[in-house]
Amino acid sequence: MNQAIRSAWVVAIGMFALILGSLTYVQFFEAEELNTNDWNNRQLYQDFGRPRGAILVDGKAVAESVPSNDQFNYQRVYKEPNLYAHLTGFYSLVNGSTQLEQASAGLLSGTSDELFYDRIVGLLSGASSQGASVELTIDPQIQQLAWDLIPEGQRGSIVVTEPETGNILAMVSKPSYDPNLIAVHDTEIAARNVEQLSAVPGLSIYRNPATESLVAPGSVFKLVDAAAALESGDYDAESQIPNPPVLPLPGTTVGLPNYVNGTCATRSTADLEFALEQSCNTPFAQIAWDLGEDAIQEQARLFGFGERHQIPVAVEASQFPSDLSEPELAQSAIGQFDVKVTPLQIAMVASAIANDGVLMKPNLIKAVRAADLELIDSPSPEVLHESVSAGTAEQLTEWMVNVVNNGTGRGAQIPGVDVAGKTGTAEVEGRGDNAWFTGFAPANDPQVAVTIVMEDVDLATGSQLTSPNAKKIIEAVLNQ
Amino acid sequence: MSDVLTVPRSRRNVEAALLLLAFAVAVGANFVAGLEREEPFNDYFWRQASTLVGMGILVHLILRIRAKYADPVILPIVIALNGIGLAMIHRLDLPRIENPDFVPVAPQQLTWTAVAIVAASVLLIFLRDHRILRRFTYISLIVSAVLLLLPLTPIGLPINGARIWINVGFGTFQPGEVAKITLAIFFAGYLSTNRDLILLAGKKIGPLQLPRFKDLAPMVAAWLVSIGVLVLQRDLGSSILFFGLFMAMIYVATSRVSWVLIGLAMIGVGTFIALQLFSHVALRFDSWLNAFDPEVYNRAPGGSQQVVQGLFGLANGGLAGTGFGQGRPDLVTYANSDMIIAALGEELGMIGVFAIILLYILLVSRGFRAALGTKDGFGKLLACGLSFTIALQCFVVIGGITRLIPLTGLTTPFMSAGGSSLLANWIIVALLLLISETARRPVRTAAPRESAAVSSASGRGALPRRPKEGSR
Repeated sequence: MNQAIRSAWVVAIGMFALILGSLTYVQFFEAEELNTNDWNNRQLYQDFGRPRGAILVDGKAVAESVPSNDQFNYQRVYKEPNLYAHLTGFYSLVNGSTQLEQASAGLLSGTSDELFYDRIVGLLSGASSQGASVELTIDPQIQQLAWDLIPEGQRGSIVVTEPETGNILAMVSKPSYDPNLIAVHDTEIAARNVEQLSAVPGLSIYRNPATESLVAPGSVFKLVDAAAALESGDYDAESQIPNPPVLPLPGTTVGLPNYVNGTCATRSTADLEFALEQSCNTPFAQIAWDLGEDAIQEQARLFGFGERHQIPVAVEASQFPSDLSEPELAQSAIGQFDVKVTPLQIAMVASAIANDGVLMKPNLIKAVRAADLELIDSPSPEVLHESVSAGTAEQLTEWMVNVVNNGTGRGAQIPGVDVAGKTGTAEVEGRGDNAWFTGFAPANDPQVAVTIVMEDVDLATGSQLTSPNAKKIIEAVLNQ
Repeated sequence: MSDVLTVPRSRRNVEAALLLLAFAVAVGANFVAGLEREEPFNDYFWRQASTLVGMGILVHLILRIRAKYADPVILPIVIALNGIGLAMIHRLDLPRIENPDFVPVAPQQLTWTAVAIVAASVLLIFLRDHRILRRFTYISLIVSAVLLLLPLTPIGLPINGARIWINVGFGTFQPGEVAKITLAIFFAGYLSTNRDLILLAGKKIGPLQLPRFKDLAPMVAAWLVSIGVLVLQRDLGSSILFFGLFMAMIYVATSRVSWVLIGLAMIGVGTFIALQLFSHVALRFDSWLNAFDPEVYNRAPGGSQQVVQGLFGLANGGLAGTGFGQGRPDLVTYANSDMIIAALGEELGMIGVFAIILLYILLVSRGFRAALGTKDGFGKLLACGLSFTIALQCFVVIGGITRLIPLTGLTTPFMSAGGSSLLANWIIVALLLLISETARRPVRTAAPRESAAVSSASGRGALPRRPKEGSR
């Protein structure tokens, strides 16, 4: 009987060998295939099952994970959702994540290399790896003020920066949305909400208009022309440029006109101060012809055109077109034709001029803190480009102060404070204009730069919603 | 009958040392399981630790007094397995503990652990010698029949289509788990009594010695029980388990491959018929073969979602595992019972599961070792049957989880949540310990070392000292 017992034992061991083999197959050879299977939402559950760090504004969470009673353990919740939606973005199951939720995902979820040390400590102490919190440079009062200054139903963006550091103090756009609608875990409800939001005109839940929508800059682009002119050495404050009411464009039947009802018509030649003050078109078209496409292009590049930035959210590259004909170059010089900018790009131009010609990298992150509040990182200001020389910056500032004091930007005047600014009106085919204001104050020691764009407006509304609003924001910042 | 001799040393101190290791594993696992989600060293932690350690020491002391030559490895292995299972069940409770409707499973399992170990202790104290069970051969048959029929009576509770539970007032019970033991006793008794008769009669055709038709009676009985369980209780797992148990015992009793072949043929026919007649069996096969077919995956009930999610869990664990408490084994349905190996595989990795399976291999091997060592045919058959059951159950469960074979609802011995399974398996442990005691106990009452010293002189009955064997 013992021989049979031994045989039975062999069979038993054989069965164990088979399951050891099948375990090896599943856990080793087939593991990768299984881990990437479409039905395998384990990684998703793992990410969603961990407490994710908060996004903080002035110490208060605008996005945070709170315990939920569903299978994911945590629900992402957005406070003041519409106000911060374009900054935080959303963290959703089926629609992915956007903006800071995506750009700072590694920090928020705790998987970033910067958190390596904390992870090791967590591993040894057995504590779960918790995500870091990200504190923004946003000033909640300025953010709220800027938000309130864009009327409901109006498309527009406002960007407020600190020129010396590149820190963004406020960045709002309308229309906005409630990210909670997309972050909801019930995929059917989320899908219905996304569908409803996609029907809102002018809104894309995947795009922050201030950093990702490319619009025509119009006359605010003349700052780039003026900078290029001064940097070339061919022009200075004394230079007189012909200022015909209409500049004939070679090879076309249409000319490039100055604004018909404006003060430009009072002078047949203009210096740069006057041309900027009254935003005359024809002198800048001639400067562009004189300097050439490449010079304007290069100056635009030094202001940050043509490159994507990570602040850390992705900023779309603003464009100055190339291979232009003479008429196209003339159009481009006044910020029309294919010149396309993000509102942040124009804020960068103003900030660079304000900061003695040095363009600081725009930045949204003030500090990164581990779950135990220990400071992990606090980004220091970074120089992006030396856009113009300090002398050029000083000259441009002087002219911009004149724009606010005597020219098109008078709405931004603040008693006792020199405000530097430039307005713009870009014509957009088939709808209303884009009204712009960009500027900074105080001119002698710039603390704040404000850029406002209102899309699809008539001239009167546009000028009402730009310069006077810039004044309110500058006042609010300076009075803090 | 026996040609394996064991040196008569009690080895209880070895058991004590191994028990300490087992306690460390069990209590350590329980500590790590709760580390992330609850207060360390809370009341429940101490309750679980003290119950396991206390119960382990209790059995150890009983063995010292009543069965001091019992195998020293079995108890520590089982304590370790039971402890790891408890820790995983506790860990799986934690994500749901805040839900007011949720009743934690681990405390129940802990109570059942205590009940099961007390039952095993009572058996160790009062049974003393397994051969007494031989008297109950036919009573065991009747008891088995009653146990298997109970779920079909009004106190039966159909759950998920299977009728294998009964309501015992304070909870549910699976009589089939206990029937596994009584059936093993019946078969061991019947076969050890009649094996000579069965062996001598029968025609020889070629290399195969065919049994007489009347000697096929136990085989037919086994087949009927298995098919009956499958048809009436809709429980494929138990059906396979019972039939495997009978096959192993008949083979060990007769050493005839022909019996195994006949058995396999019968189970083949049975399976074929079951596939044709019963949708639940066909669905199990379909979920096995076409697990990754979207239609099969999403079918409810009877879809492959459970097995596929279990595979995802195992894959997520990979070689080293996510770490205890770091994975998401709770995403798999029945993670704490049928699928507990998937949960362990996810968090402890392939290395961890291999270690656990190694424990089972050792346990089963010690059972077979006891069968080799004991001198009575009844004990040999019983030890073989019970050990083989543990192996087969592991094979059916883990094979099902890894998609080696169709998934069937069986518990992983000592680890899965489920009181009846725990109770039955601890009784099996008590029986194996008793059989190993008779296998290793010196025949004379003289002190083992003295008898070894005089063995060269006369020594009929006294066992010669064979260090090589003993050192195994």
